[in-house]
Amino acid sequence: MLDAERHFYEHTNAAVHRGAHQLSEEGTDAYESARETIARFIGAQAGEVVFTRNATEALNLVAYAFTNGTHGGGGGRGERFSLRPGDEVLVTEMEHHANLIPWQEACRRTGATLRWVPVTEDGRLDLTDLDELLTERTKVFAFTHVSNVLGTVNPVRELAERAHAVGALAVLDACQSVPHLPVDVAELGVDFLAYSGHKMFGPLGIGVLWGRAELLDEMPVFLTGGSMIETVTMEGATYAPVPQKFEAGVPVAAQAVGLAAACDYLTALGLDRVHAHEQALTERLLRGLAERPWVRVLGPSDLRERGGAVAFVVDGVHAHDVGQVLDDRGVEVRVGHHCAWPLHRKLHAPASTRASFAAYTTPAEVDALLEALDRVPAIFGTEVTV
Amino acid sequence: MDLYQELILEHSKRPVRAGLREPFDAESHHVNPTCGDEVTLRVHVSGAGDDAVVEDVSYDSMGCSISVASASILAEEVTGGTVGHARETYEAMRRMLTSKGEDPGDEDQIGDGVALAGVAKYPARVKCALLSWSAFTDALYQAEGAKQ
Repeated sequence: MLDAERHFYEHTNAAVHRGAHQLSEEGTDAYESARETIARFIGAQAGEVVFTRNATEALNLVAYAFTNGTHGGGGGRGERFSLRPGDEVLVTEMEHHANLIPWQEACRRTGATLRWVPVTEDGRLDLTDLDELLTERTKVFAFTHVSNVLGTVNPVRELAERAHAVGALAVLDACQSVPHLPVDVAELGVDFLAYSGHKMFGPLGIGVLWGRAELLDEMPVFLTGGSMIETVTMEGATYAPVPQKFEAGVPVAAQAVGLAAACDYLTALGLDRVHAHEQALTERLLRGLAERPWVRVLGPSDLRERGGAVAFVVDGVHAHDVGQVLDDRGVEVRVGHHCAWPLHRKLHAPASTRASFAAYTTPAEVDALLEALDRVPAIFGTEVTV
Repeated sequence: MDLYQELILEHSKRPVRAGLREPFDAESHHVNPTCGDEVTLRVHVSGAGDDAVVEDVSYDSMGCSISVASASILAEEVTGGTVGHARETYEAMRRMLTSKGEDPGDEDQIGDGVALAGVAKYPARVKCALLSWSAFTDALYQAEGAKQ
């Protein structure tokens, strides 16, 4: 990945899609062939892949496009991309803030109503009342593929079908799935999907928005300016075809080239193997945590319903303190609410400690975590008789 | 680990003057958005200016051992003293906590606060230690405004 990015800067660093000289053409080629690789990685066509700065921006792009369309702005077509009072947006209680706040704001701007699917105590979506939540008023159903806190894997295909049955568009946050398991947009059945480069051995500063070609074509633009236009006069502008119309300004070319290299790397490893490896580690950690009754794991305990993000709470000890003790032994975990504050409130945990796995994580590292964790009750005097 | 001094653990397990009480002149609620730690803090002051007396500091602190201990130390150090002394104590705490470990803290000024000196070496935790102190200075400011 680093070599690919370095090669771009050293050999083809030029204004992509702008210059008419040799270097610019080579840069454009590198950028567009990266788009093909990145699209293929999720079973998509290159023309359906839009580059953004991160997954957050990709989700914001969709949320803003919806509100831009309400009053006919952004060069979009069709009533589908509009939000008005009476319309509803459905999200879930387990969303990362990135797939929650853009929709809160979209509703605030337009007068539409935000609703959400609740989460059960064991960290699954509570679909009991989905028929009341997902109705003909719903214009968007935005949800995550895999929870970044609980590891819960949601039934994406079923949810997308339910959304389509009432005429809503399905928007998927795939940040936690694309790097960890085989993802094919056709199989998932959603309309939009967002993921981030930095979680899959890619560079910082690149996110991906995939959308169905006909929807991207109809969808109003979000950021405007250079590179995304067809014609411009002092009075107004018309816009370039997809995907350029969504990529205003200097594109993230070197990052795209780096991300394509990361995709090639993961493809060579085999996503099936990566997934199996991470599942084995998750099982090892869950088993170890289950042996420690002073630890409460958030999320499903059944391995078949979860991925390799394991968040837990230690009785009587704040996650910050747990993380500090682990850090002291060189075990790096995330502590806090992991950008999912409402979810933590729901699960009665002000904060949690989260271990997450990737292809490079080893069983010995899981054991090191468990060993370091055993120091926690001793240090904080919360030792319980077992 | 030099971070978790016995004194800190003691304060975090049995925080001094914890709980929200009446009467109070101002209340302030501060949050650490990175971890979700929260503190609600009330001050009751009599008199005016630097010579005013901090009659009571009461608080509800939900957070890690560092943030709870720091709130407890704050209540212990400033209650019964003058507002001027409380402000100097805050400044001394802030200096120590943001010194990256170079300022060991002045025990005469900050009392048990010196036990938090180790926090300065963990930049991610400085905010935890300062949370209740910034809520306190905020509440003091409001209390003074209300009295004018």
